[in-house]
Amino acid sequence: MILTAALVVPLLGALALALWPGWSRSAARAFAVVTTLVPLLLMVIAWSRFDTGGSMFQLVEEVDWVPSLGMGFRLGVDGIALAVAAMTALLFTGAAAYPVDTRGAARQYYAWILFLEMASLGVFLALDLLLFYVFFDLTLVGMYFLIGRWGHGEPQSAALKFFLYTLFGSLFLLLAILGLYLSADPLTFDMRELIQQQPLAGAGTFAGVVMAAFLLGFIIKTPLVPFHTWLPRAHVDAPAPASAILAGVLLKMGTYGLIRIPYSMMAETFAAWALPLGILALVSILYGALVALGQKDIKQRIAYTSINHMGYAVLGIAAAGALLDGSETARSMALIGATVEMVAHGLITGALFLIAGSFWQRGETYRLADYGGLSGRTPKLAGMTTVAAFASLGLPGLAGFVAEFHIFVGTFGVYPWLAAIGLLGILITAALFLRMLQSLFFGQLPERWNTMADLKTSEIAVLGVFMVLVVLIGVYPAFLLDIINTSARWLVGGG
Amino acid sequence: MPVADLLPELVLLIGAAVIIVTAAFLPHRLHGLCALLATGVLVASAGLVVTGWSRPDHLTFAGVWALDGAARFAKLLIISSGVASAALSPHWMATDRRHGEYYGLLLFAVLGAIMMASAADTMELVVGVLLSSVTGYALVGYHRQWSPAQEAAMKYFLVGALANALLVIGVVLLFGLTGATGYTEMAGRLAENPDPWVVITALVLILIGLGFKLGASPAHMWMPDVAQGAPAPVAALVTVITKVGAAVALARLAAVLPEAIPWRWAIALMAVVTMTWGNLAALWQSNLRRLLGWSAISQSGYALVAIAVLGATEQALPALMVILTAYAIANLAAFSVVTHLRGRTELADYRGLAQQRPWAAAVLILALLSFLGLPPLVGFFGKLLVFGAAIDGGYTWLAVAAVINTVVSLFYYLRVIAPMVFGTPEDTSAQLGWPSAVTMVITGLMVVFLGLGIESLIGLARDGTLLLLR
Repeated sequence: MILTAALVVPLLGALALALWPGWSRSAARAFAVVTTLVPLLLMVIAWSRFDTGGSMFQLVEEVDWVPSLGMGFRLGVDGIALAVAAMTALLFTGAAAYPVDTRGAARQYYAWILFLEMASLGVFLALDLLLFYVFFDLTLVGMYFLIGRWGHGEPQSAALKFFLYTLFGSLFLLLAILGLYLSADPLTFDMRELIQQQPLAGAGTFAGVVMAAFLLGFIIKTPLVPFHTWLPRAHVDAPAPASAILAGVLLKMGTYGLIRIPYSMMAETFAAWALPLGILALVSILYGALVALGQKDIKQRIAYTSINHMGYAVLGIAAAGALLDGSETARSMALIGATVEMVAHGLITGALFLIAGSFWQRGETYRLADYGGLSGRTPKLAGMTTVAAFASLGLPGLAGFVAEFHIFVGTFGVYPWLAAIGLLGILITAALFLRMLQSLFFGQLPERWNTMADLKTSEIAVLGVFMVLVVLIGVYPAFLLDIINTSARWLVGGG
Repeated sequence: MPVADLLPELVLLIGAAVIIVTAAFLPHRLHGLCALLATGVLVASAGLVVTGWSRPDHLTFAGVWALDGAARFAKLLIISSGVASAALSPHWMATDRRHGEYYGLLLFAVLGAIMMASAADTMELVVGVLLSSVTGYALVGYHRQWSPAQEAAMKYFLVGALANALLVIGVVLLFGLTGATGYTEMAGRLAENPDPWVVITALVLILIGLGFKLGASPAHMWMPDVAQGAPAPVAALVTVITKVGAAVALARLAAVLPEAIPWRWAIALMAVVTMTWGNLAALWQSNLRRLLGWSAISQSGYALVAIAVLGATEQALPALMVILTAYAIANLAAFSVVTHLRGRTELADYRGLAQQRPWAAAVLILALLSFLGLPPLVGFFGKLLVFGAAIDGGYTWLAVAAVINTVVSLFYYLRVIAPMVFGTPEDTSAQLGWPSAVTMVITGLMVVFLGLGIESLIGLARDGTLLLLR
């Protein structure tokens, strides 16, 4: 019941906020934070119960929903899902706790945050293809209203673009799901059975069409170049906690989906498509890093580094799925790296976007050139930003390094050239983060920031927890790797 | 004559007559009672349909009247829509001098749609189409003094006259070719491959004729005008029941066509044109009811997708039933909101509705998202089954076309939703009364809960056998 409860509690919380009008601003916020703590706690329990030597999917909960279509309310976790879901629960607690201007509609704001948490956790916990899709689409609605109602700049057009673009991707995902489903015998949406059946093995062109639709759907969500254009607008105009969720959680649905569905259920076809996918990931790595380097806006810059980082994750997934047999060690390293990247990117970029929100709350601008010399004025802000930026550029001892190390070593065993060229991306990222730190915190302090306040306790608490975990994964990754390794063993075989 | 086979229809017929007579004697302030009477008649008729649910499928009255699962399902759907429309009407029609008779006409319109869905004979089909059309014209133009209503009725009538004439010519051509009007006999003759050009010509004419009732291109032009100009409860009813009746009629007819005739391609083409035209025209509408009308046209396109693969996959018929139900519920919910807000139609007037009337706004948003096919609302499962049927029936390209259209449709649904949620209200809004409020909430809840409980609906739809379907 713990997985179901992790979905039901935030949903009930959202309904309570939406239906009862009497919430004050602070009560709504406190209630939301407490509510998000429940799934977080449940994920910790799930983590402790997870048997690293056990079967692929554990803690399975299953109720029939639409038996005539082979659809059920099936929840369960493997190591990858558990790691990402736990990160998601944490990120939502952070997003709810982080101070934000709710513009007189705190109750609705926190209701949407909780609704979005339910949908996001659902995506990672679902063991049913159609249920996965249901939650996948619901996240769009939650994010649409969060951006449109509480964003700044031109929030409505950013929200519209986000919804249209990602719905386009998700509808192709739906067609692909149907293609896969209709090839299964008996017809079922049960992920475990589909993984076992591999329904499209040897299906030729049709398998290719289904794979193309899956990749299109997930690549738009991830996003990889050239399907990334919805991302920067949505990020810049969204309120900071929503940006953090968008980058930290929603983008992961693309990479998680890649592993969970095409990689696992169509292994043969995926292997044939792995090289083009890897090349696309490489393009995203380089393009994302280069474009990020050219951005003059904090949020734009972080947004583009997301494209770069998700490129690493996809590169790892492509390398892991490139072969059906052989190079098991390298491939499982790549897969583990991709998963750690998802968790690490969620924590690091989530923190960076929250920090960007702190800048906005203080200065109402994201332009890098407007800031400068803040290291003396706001040392805590400077410290947190520095740790997060260093983690993001892959400094050894921090989470990003563990992820990228695994990905590149793993990819090197399969696609040495892709790995070698991809390393350039790390160089560029290092440059862009160092320059960002420089222009924010060093040099002349503009007069208007003479009274800028440093981070508040609530901000420090949230960012602090994120950074402690980033350091923990960096110095003692075993607690995370063990869990993920269980899935890698099932998915890659061998080691 | 097996009169008992027609009990649900007879109840409607007698009920309509009783209502018209009652209305003549009742003082005007009590005409609202006729709504109650009409609801009672509809419920009784639905009860008779349900009691006959598990009877074996057969043709009755010398083979002109089909009693099969599809007909029963359509009847239930049409009658339920009638109940919703009757419930929306009393306060809306209260000041109309002919308030009482209105419900008689409403029952006749329901009867016409049922005839279309049940006809297993081209002549019977024509009678059903005409009955449905004639009552439709009168209902749409019920507010005689209001020029948009007149315009809508006129347009409906003119397009209808032309389309019905084409339908009759098509029927006559088929009769001339096969010497039969009954589907059983016709199917036998058509299987002997008579002159394909005559069959194709007849098919095109009948497609246009039934497409008129379905709201499918090229005879769809009346739909936005009716949605905008008709009394709101009538707009809710007419857009739903004619579509359901015509869709089942078309499916029934398609089932007897031989594979040698490229009818699948014809219907698939019609589906693509209808979806695309409806969606593109809806994009920049500034009037909610007109927008709903165009969206109704695009929804007909999705229904046509299911008909195009009828017989090629057994998923097709349940898919058709479910998407029709999903459309009916969401459309009734959307028009309930319009009715409850006293027919306010300009999109600009919906600005900030979420703050002012959160329940009405919520129902409208749910209805639109169900049209879009957002899970787990009922519309999602309609589209899911239709896409699945298209892929399974070998028409994957049609599913892709439908998907692209769905993305386009999101744009105009958001053009309604965004100002409602993000805008600030300018003036206070009027409401109609409790019957429309109750209908609005019930249909809104059904959009959600029929989606969550889709299993029962799919179970019913799977009972929807179609006689003569190979």
